[in-house]
Amino acid sequence: MDETAIVRIDNVSKHFGEPGAAGGNTFAAVDRVSLDVRRGEFFSLLGPSGCGKTTLLRMIAGLEMPTAGAIRINGAEVTHVPPYRRPVNMVFQQYALFPHLTVAQNVAFGLRYKGVATADYATKVDAALELVRLSGLGRRRPDQLSGGQRQRVALARALVLEPQVLLLDEPLGALDQKLRKEMQVELRGMQRKLDITFIFVTHDQEEALTMSDRLAVMNRGKVEQIGPAPDVFERPRTEFVARFMGAANFFDSQGGDGKFVVRPEKLHLRTAPPADPGWRCVEGRVEDRVYQGINTMWVVAGQRGRYTLYEQNVRPVRGGGPDVGDRVFVCWDQSHAVTIGGTEGE
Amino acid sequence: MSARSAWGGRLLAAHAWAVYLFLYAPIAILIVFSFNNEKQTAVWKGFTTQWYSALLDDRFIRTPVANSLIVAGASTAVATIVGTLAALGLARYKLIPRPLGQGATRGLLMLPLVIPEIVVGAALLTFFGVIDWELSLWTVIIAHVGFSTSYVAVVVGARLAGFDRTLEEAAADLGAGPLATFVRVKLPLILPGIVAGALLAFTVSIDDYVITSFVAGTGATTLPLYIYSKLKTGVTPEVNAVSTALLLFTVVLILIAQWLLRPRSGATPGGEK
Amino acid sequence: MNNPTARRWAEPLRVFGLVLPAWAALGVFFVAPLAIMLVISFAQRDAYGGIRPIEDLRAYLRSWQWLANYRQSFEGMYLTILWRSVWMAVATTAICILISYPVAYYIALLARPRWKNLLLVLAVVPFWTSFLIRTYAWMLILRTQGLANTVLLSSGLIHQPLDLLYNDFAVMIGLVYGELPFMILPLYASLEKLDRTLLEAAADLGAARAATFWRVTVPLTMPGIVAGVVLVFIPSIGQFIVSDLLGGAKTVLVGNLINDQFSWARNRPFGSALAFEVTAVVLATVAWYAIYARKRGGMEGL
Repeated sequence: MDETAIVRIDNVSKHFGEPGAAGGNTFAAVDRVSLDVRRGEFFSLLGPSGCGKTTLLRMIAGLEMPTAGAIRINGAEVTHVPPYRRPVNMVFQQYALFPHLTVAQNVAFGLRYKGVATADYATKVDAALELVRLSGLGRRRPDQLSGGQRQRVALARALVLEPQVLLLDEPLGALDQKLRKEMQVELRGMQRKLDITFIFVTHDQEEALTMSDRLAVMNRGKVEQIGPAPDVFERPRTEFVARFMGAANFFDSQGGDGKFVVRPEKLHLRTAPPADPGWRCVEGRVEDRVYQGINTMWVVAGQRGRYTLYEQNVRPVRGGGPDVGDRVFVCWDQSHAVTIGGTEGE
Repeated sequence: MSARSAWGGRLLAAHAWAVYLFLYAPIAILIVFSFNNEKQTAVWKGFTTQWYSALLDDRFIRTPVANSLIVAGASTAVATIVGTLAALGLARYKLIPRPLGQGATRGLLMLPLVIPEIVVGAALLTFFGVIDWELSLWTVIIAHVGFSTSYVAVVVGARLAGFDRTLEEAAADLGAGPLATFVRVKLPLILPGIVAGALLAFTVSIDDYVITSFVAGTGATTLPLYIYSKLKTGVTPEVNAVSTALLLFTVVLILIAQWLLRPRSGATPGGEK
Repeated sequence: MNNPTARRWAEPLRVFGLVLPAWAALGVFFVAPLAIMLVISFAQRDAYGGIRPIEDLRAYLRSWQWLANYRQSFEGMYLTILWRSVWMAVATTAICILISYPVAYYIALLARPRWKNLLLVLAVVPFWTSFLIRTYAWMLILRTQGLANTVLLSSGLIHQPLDLLYNDFAVMIGLVYGELPFMILPLYASLEKLDRTLLEAAADLGAARAATFWRVTVPLTMPGIVAGVVLVFIPSIGQFIVSDLLGGAKTVLVGNLINDQFSWARNRPFGSALAFEVTAVVLATVAWYAIYARKRGGMEGL
């Protein structure tokens, strides 16, 4: 057993629906998932809606019970332990702040269950509010706060209890783009400073990449790939992961069976194949060309498929490069190619 | 296209005003006439509060008033507890597999609101006869518990429907067991609904005539019964006064209940996930 | 609590415990009395206003005597009374729809938002006040020396007071007046939910205002109309107070008839039978509505 694993999920499944006579109409929201989360890491569960990531998170929190499998936190089996007895706390997607309590009362809510003396509430609450940079707002009520402020209160309320693991259910979903990016950086910094394990659920791959040490990509209740962010991004193991991470260029392997994928930014347009033997090329016609500020996106139609490339606009673009309809070569360094459909690991 | 054409809109507005006038005119007339210095006819003969002072001096009205308050208070107290518990139970039906009896419970609670009072009154009278229970104030209280429970259950149920489940999950996540979650989170948030339901039930009980007329024993006359017996013998100004007084009292209670039931920012509609 | 079986039953037990008091209270003091009354409706009265004991049960059943009360209720003057109750309830419902729909339309679509809430509260408040008092108020208006006659006489429009009270006319007014709030609310609710852009689309496609109303608005607000119909029809059928106070000797409704059986007519079995006929109509209406609502995806908060 991995000594550094603080959360261990062992072959956990969650079925919904009524088991009927002929196997019924149950469906598996989570299907035999096993993974470890290491102490002190920022771990993300990434995937499209309905992939089971939130359900899995809720099972770790104790808000849902698995229909099969076991969950261990810090070595202790907690599979059927109610949420109020687990050493984990959750930040809810819609924050779930108590409308009838002030900010300070919200944050202090769980302290009595940790045996903290009433006299110490104020210091702890103030410390938590300072941590999330909301000092001085203790007297306000949730309906007097902005979305971003409410989110911080939810965070403070969980952190004040010093949980071993903090669970975050798409907490940044309701924020606007700019605020989101700021919070991403802030959360990351907070996690490092407090040295708490974070388990973070999101459907935004960029967000997951920005913040996580390791991440797990989920699809239809199963884990497709787990690993450090760079690995998942640059070396996807399945077609789903490749597409989800935005690497939609598939090529058939030369042996005949199997495919490999090359990320769009690793493809280049050439008027002729380069001499370097480590490079491969494919012929095609430019179908579309879109200026995107930092990059220009090219769509090239080849014989076997369509390819998307990004070329950074290093030089001023005006009139540079092939036009729509031109014949070009799409080329890449074969060492950037990743074979798909291998065995899962890590 | 907006539905506001000058003509049609004004016509509709006029109609609406007419209907509201229709709704409130009789009540206004009653109130006005309770101050009319005239016994028999509908001619205005000057303002007076003599009918109200007569009420205060009237010995015979005190018992009915007291009885009405006792009946309403007692039946509402019981109904609030029973009805709130039932509403809480109904709201939890979603959490158990195969909700047996949810429809039956809902139907049961709906019966007192649907079945005509004349039928209920007759049935209760028969019932008390069969089990040989003498009619008294107690039989009235028991009779009122029936419909009061339904009103409370309906009002509290509506409040619970809009209750955000994730608040309970958050409380549990933060360490509160089921009882603590209920006391610290759920109860404070549904309390306005409970009080409003109680006020409504109290109002309905105070106003009830038909059922009460069947099951009240001698000496258990309530205010509506008293009013009825008076107006059956003819329109008198005292009846106007006591009716107005009762009317205004209940309107105040209703307005308080309406205020309590205003939508709050806390509970999100359809807040379950 | 880690025992899986205990866990599975904890929640149902909790629910059961919560609804138990209601079942006990209503079961004993509501359902049981109704059941007893049903049984009595099959018996006959005795000379003193009680119930004649049945000597031979089997003979009693076989000779269909147990349906005697029900049969009697469909004879002669009783049938007239039943019929009158039904058509008055239907008429009341129809009139209420006609009067209320424009009002609900106005509040939902035309009134300024600040006024909407006030208008709704104003429509609801009468509903919660004493039915007895509200009906009595009409006595003040309609009686010979009442407001209506006084005004008409003094303005010279008539020379003799009209008989406005103690007849069908007065009862209809009383019924409509009493039930109106019940109709406004559900109509408002469904009009409020109406998607305005659908009306705009209809206009865009060439429908004039009347056509839009009949082809789009009315069909889409049908759930509200049906709910209102049910909410008005049911109390109207079982009405007692209005016909008692405002109706004459000729305007007897089934509610009054039942009341008579339990007071001076001393025929409880017959009264019970009548009561059950009314209940049957009411429950049938509710059942029909439940089926209708389920097919349409349900309307909350009847």
